[in-house]
Amino acid sequence: MKPPVFAYHDPRSVEEAVGLLGRLENTRLLAGGQSLMPMLNMRFVFPDHVIDLNRIETLAGIVQDAETIRIGAMTRQRDIADSALVRDRLPLLTEALAHVGHRQTRNRGTIGGSLCHLDPAAELVAAAANLDATIEIAGPDGVRTLSMAAFPRGFMTPAIEPDEMVTAVRMPLPQRGHGFSFMEFARRHGDFAIVSVAVLLVLAPDRRIARASITLGGVGAVPLRMVEAEALLVGHEPGAALFERAAETCRAIDALEDAQVPGWYRRQLAGVLMARALATARARAEGVST
Amino acid sequence: MTSVAVGDETAMRRIGVTVNGTLQAGEVSVRLTLADFLRQDLKLTGTHLGCEHGVCGACTILLDGRAVRACLLLAVQVDGHSVTTVEGLAPSATVLHPLQEAFCAHHGLQCGFCTPGMLTTLVEFLKDCPDPSAEEVRVAISGNICRCTGYDSIVEATLSAAANMRDGS
Amino acid sequence: MSKAVADAPPRLAPGKGRVLGQPVARLEDGPLVRGRGLFAADVNFPRQLAMRVVRSQIAHGRLVSLDTAEARALPGVVAVWTAAEVSDIPPIPFRATKVRGLEPYCQPILARERVRYVGEPIAVVFAEDAYIAEDAADLVVAEIDELPVVLDAAAEPAEFLPGNSTEPTIVRKEYGDVDAAFRAAHAVIELDLSVGRHSGVPMETRGAIARYVAAHDVLELHGTAKKQHWNRDEIARLLGRPPTGVHLFEGHVGGGFGVRGELYPEDLLVCLAAMRLDRPVKWIEDRREHLVATNHSRQQRHLIRGAVDADGRLLAIDDVFFHDQGAYVRTHGARVADLAAGMLPGPYRLPAYRVAGHFRLTNKTPAATYRAPGRFETTFVRERLMDAIAVRLDLDPIELRRRNLVTEAEMPHVRPVDTLGVDVVLDSGDYIGLMDQALAQFGWDAVQRDLTARRAAGDCVGAGLAFFVEKSGLGPSDGVRISIDATGGVELVSGAASVGQGMETALAQICAEALGVDYRRIRVVRGRTDRIEFGNGAHASRVTVMSGSATYHAALAVRGMALDTAAQLLQARPEDLAIEDGQVVRAAAPGVPLIALAEVARQMGPNSPLMRGRTPGLTAERWFYSEHMTYPYGVHLALVRIDRATGEVRVEKYLVANDVGRAVNPMMVEGQMVGGFAQGLGGALFEEFRYDERGQPLSTTFADYLIPTLSEMPAVDVLIAEDAPSPLNPLGVKGAGEGGTNAVGAAIAAAVDDALRRPGAIVSLPILPRTVRRHTEEPT
Ligand code: FES
Ligand code: FES
Repeated sequence: MKPPVFAYHDPRSVEEAVGLLGRLENTRLLAGGQSLMPMLNMRFVFPDHVIDLNRIETLAGIVQDAETIRIGAMTRQRDIADSALVRDRLPLLTEALAHVGHRQTRNRGTIGGSLCHLDPAAELVAAAANLDATIEIAGPDGVRTLSMAAFPRGFMTPAIEPDEMVTAVRMPLPQRGHGFSFMEFARRHGDFAIVSVAVLLVLAPDRRIARASITLGGVGAVPLRMVEAEALLVGHEPGAALFERAAETCRAIDALEDAQVPGWYRRQLAGVLMARALATARARAEGVST
Repeated sequence: MTSVAVGDETAMRRIGVTVNGTLQAGEVSVRLTLADFLRQDLKLTGTHLGCEHGVCGACTILLDGRAVRACLLLAVQVDGHSVTTVEGLAPSATVLHPLQEAFCAHHGLQCGFCTPGMLTTLVEFLKDCPDPSAEEVRVAISGNICRCTGYDSIVEATLSAAANMRDGS
Repeated sequence: MSKAVADAPPRLAPGKGRVLGQPVARLEDGPLVRGRGLFAADVNFPRQLAMRVVRSQIAHGRLVSLDTAEARALPGVVAVWTAAEVSDIPPIPFRATKVRGLEPYCQPILARERVRYVGEPIAVVFAEDAYIAEDAADLVVAEIDELPVVLDAAAEPAEFLPGNSTEPTIVRKEYGDVDAAFRAAHAVIELDLSVGRHSGVPMETRGAIARYVAAHDVLELHGTAKKQHWNRDEIARLLGRPPTGVHLFEGHVGGGFGVRGELYPEDLLVCLAAMRLDRPVKWIEDRREHLVATNHSRQQRHLIRGAVDADGRLLAIDDVFFHDQGAYVRTHGARVADLAAGMLPGPYRLPAYRVAGHFRLTNKTPAATYRAPGRFETTFVRERLMDAIAVRLDLDPIELRRRNLVTEAEMPHVRPVDTLGVDVVLDSGDYIGLMDQALAQFGWDAVQRDLTARRAAGDCVGAGLAFFVEKSGLGPSDGVRISIDATGGVELVSGAASVGQGMETALAQICAEALGVDYRRIRVVRGRTDRIEFGNGAHASRVTVMSGSATYHAALAVRGMALDTAAQLLQARPEDLAIEDGQVVRAAAPGVPLIALAEVARQMGPNSPLMRGRTPGLTAERWFYSEHMTYPYGVHLALVRIDRATGEVRVEKYLVANDVGRAVNPMMVEGQMVGGFAQGLGGALFEEFRYDERGQPLSTTFADYLIPTLSEMPAVDVLIAEDAPSPLNPLGVKGAGEGGTNAVGAAIAAAVDDALRRPGAIVSLPILPRTVRRHTEEPT
């Protein structure tokens, strides 16, 4: 389990990195290395060139403007988890991060790396999708943005071209006082989830649901925004019966099926977790501590 | 196989890294992992390899003070950085780090294979969280697999070390 | 004093000693906590080559061709071998079986015409470093014609080779009139139960480093474990060398658990290469290889029938089981099936018993022993049967066990059945007494009240228990040599080995107690064939019993010699003297040192006038022999909570109660219990080697083979009882290595049944959340 032969590049700027991407064939970007390095060690991938982004200092950092928080692609998961700003304005992200791997992998793993690896079960992918994040992508013609909804092209395949790279993720700030919950079912703590769910609830002054975002991870090839369930909730008073009805939409999911986990079980887990997460989010929105 | 031209920076690199306080320079193949660099080139074999795919935690070292998995880093990546391995924890040849003391006193190890990774992880953890609850300790080392002890004694050892370190400081 | 008493071998007085029985710190820990251990991968020699094994990716097929040209051409590659290059080396032999007819099923060191499991070695590459060796291994092209696979040991046997079926043997044992018992039974209970494939999976993978030292004409093998002397003899035989020209060395071992230290193809390949290529050769298994190449274990399916009378007393058990051996029969032969068959009756009075163990080959990784081999499986089966009987007769499961447990008065209890070639004689024990102690410590009655309340509140919670009998101290013999040098340092050379469990400390404690020295001054040498001529290694929980007893005798012998010499020097009578902390003292005045052991040892040197005409040295070697095993026993109690909606099982509380006869070091014994439990928990809920329908392994990384982490571990309570010292050895000890693992699957299964309120729901291990989910009602 030793990495295969490759050529190594460690550019100092995004321009330099994009230049290398344009010039070289069969490249892989090395971010925190928590997914790529195991794949190299196990020789699941054989890149000719590895482009290490760890020496591009401008790629890390968390900044807030009027409506969003912008997190550089190379920001370590640990730094996001520790960020008071994120905890204050994007608590869903903080909660999701507690489920991401372990202390040692969060110390090194990055948000950009996790999003680009796009494992269907990855917590950050589900959280970003649920927060309506936009992805900043640098290429030969400059920077473009893509909504998280359009970011996955398919199973573990982001919609970025070979000469492009993700530089940041931008999360719109949900209204203060919103309710949120991130839950997952994994066989062991820190493992990738079998099913995860991210929920964000905004209550109107009349206590009705003004906004609902629900995303399931792990059940499909890409994170599933549960638009039907969201529509079902908006405009209604929150309650267990309503949440159960929302959760029932999970029965129709075309869930992933693999040797370890049958589809029926994923569907059931999805419904269970969704109802639970909605209840938690509601309690938080109503200021009840959970 | 790609042939390597002499002086090809994309294939071989000279690196300089501070390991346990001493600057170590060497020429490495770019695909050499940090774990293998420490174990083979520097003969610091205390950093163990239990899986080489980032799950077991045996290879944990401190990179600029942070606990990371050495099997998931390339040696070239730590050029200019500072690394602490288990060999660098004890203050001297006769004195142990309080965590090492506590592991001995509380039977926190049997075969000792997971121990270096446990210790390095806990050194960082206790720096962040000097007065942890048992539950916090359990979460902190849930990414370190031990096949021998059943973990209980490791948690006990950690709590006792934390108390000693608080008293000592 | 009568002659008979005078000649009886000395027995250690019961109770705690100064150091024996005390939770003293381990001698092993110093280098280990500093990262200064010497594990297999830490061994290096100048000019060494790296070996990499090319493994079959196909579960069963005809090996048509192997193209190694590209691999050979890679710069840095020294050699590539296929079966043709090693055709003179016989397959791996057996060590531990008396079953005949298994020879055709032995594993060749490199596959010849057939491959039989994914992971089977088909070629080896030798290169300048591990990276290049792996590059080259990837370039070896194998052409394999796929053949149909056998994956279910309970299906009809197929052909292994022309003339040999995939069922080389059926392990049969029987006593009493089973058929009559079933005819007369008040009730007959039948169950179909399975245990999943899992194994030891130590944190250190295997490794082997061989070098040939031409100057001494010695072949050395490093990175070894467990069975150095037997392996040395076999390696010598297979390579055509005298055993004195082969030496095995043990450094630190990162966990054994049954799988490390057996003789595997890779051990022979590095030795052969070191000789033929005339350079040191190093092989370190990677984790993915480990999960397909190192012994698997456990997989069995049992069809068990129990006959009972109206009071629930067992009349007979009739069991048919299918043992999934995997692709070859390795060093253990049919040992696990034999142990399963012999140990199934456990702690109960059983008038009649019949078992047929179908020992069958499949296209999976070969299987052998793993901590509590044959017992983890059969305790699950037997205790499930006891629970089912209790339900059928509407009896409390504890009362049912009380009626059937062998009582203290019935000890020693001879069971007309053998295992490992020796008769099962339960040597000592107070089973019911221990069960009562355990129930009290667990707070069983309070737990039951609490469960009722929690169930009323909607929780899905339950408790269960399982009783077990272990075996330990497998003979036939072990020797220890103890010497005191002229500085008073003590060296203890043992033919046993260490697999990381603390045997050095345990032997040092025994030696220190008998000899009267500080245990920290004792240097324990183990796992080295160059230091002692014979040895039986470390397995089957034998070290403390066998080597511990030999240590005790050797230490007493050295003590006697020292006192005789001191008496001569001091003009005293030996019986008036004693040894305290390395000093000879008068027994009546223990605080006054008369002469140091160091001085006594000097006086016994070869040039000392005292020694003229005698063999010099303050040194003695003693052997301990044992015909019978000693049987530790215990009970496990579990409390579990189930998440009805997801099916997840959490163990909330657990107690391991185990009588070990005498605990040499209670801290280490407790460590064995808790660590053993964690492994049992893995087998009960998490760990499984799974295969797809073509025999492709699905558990090949630590992300798929789920070893419990701290988050999955409950608080474990331990009750170490010393109520029934073994009469079979001078220390009264019984092995403590396996009791923590033995009954975990059984106890958790019982607790899950209880939580589900569905007796008999759990029929297989591991208990998966989705299986449990099937048994819980629809979420509301
Ligand atoms: S060896 Fe690095 S995590 Fe296991
Ligand atoms: S002490 Fe052996 S793996 Fe932890």
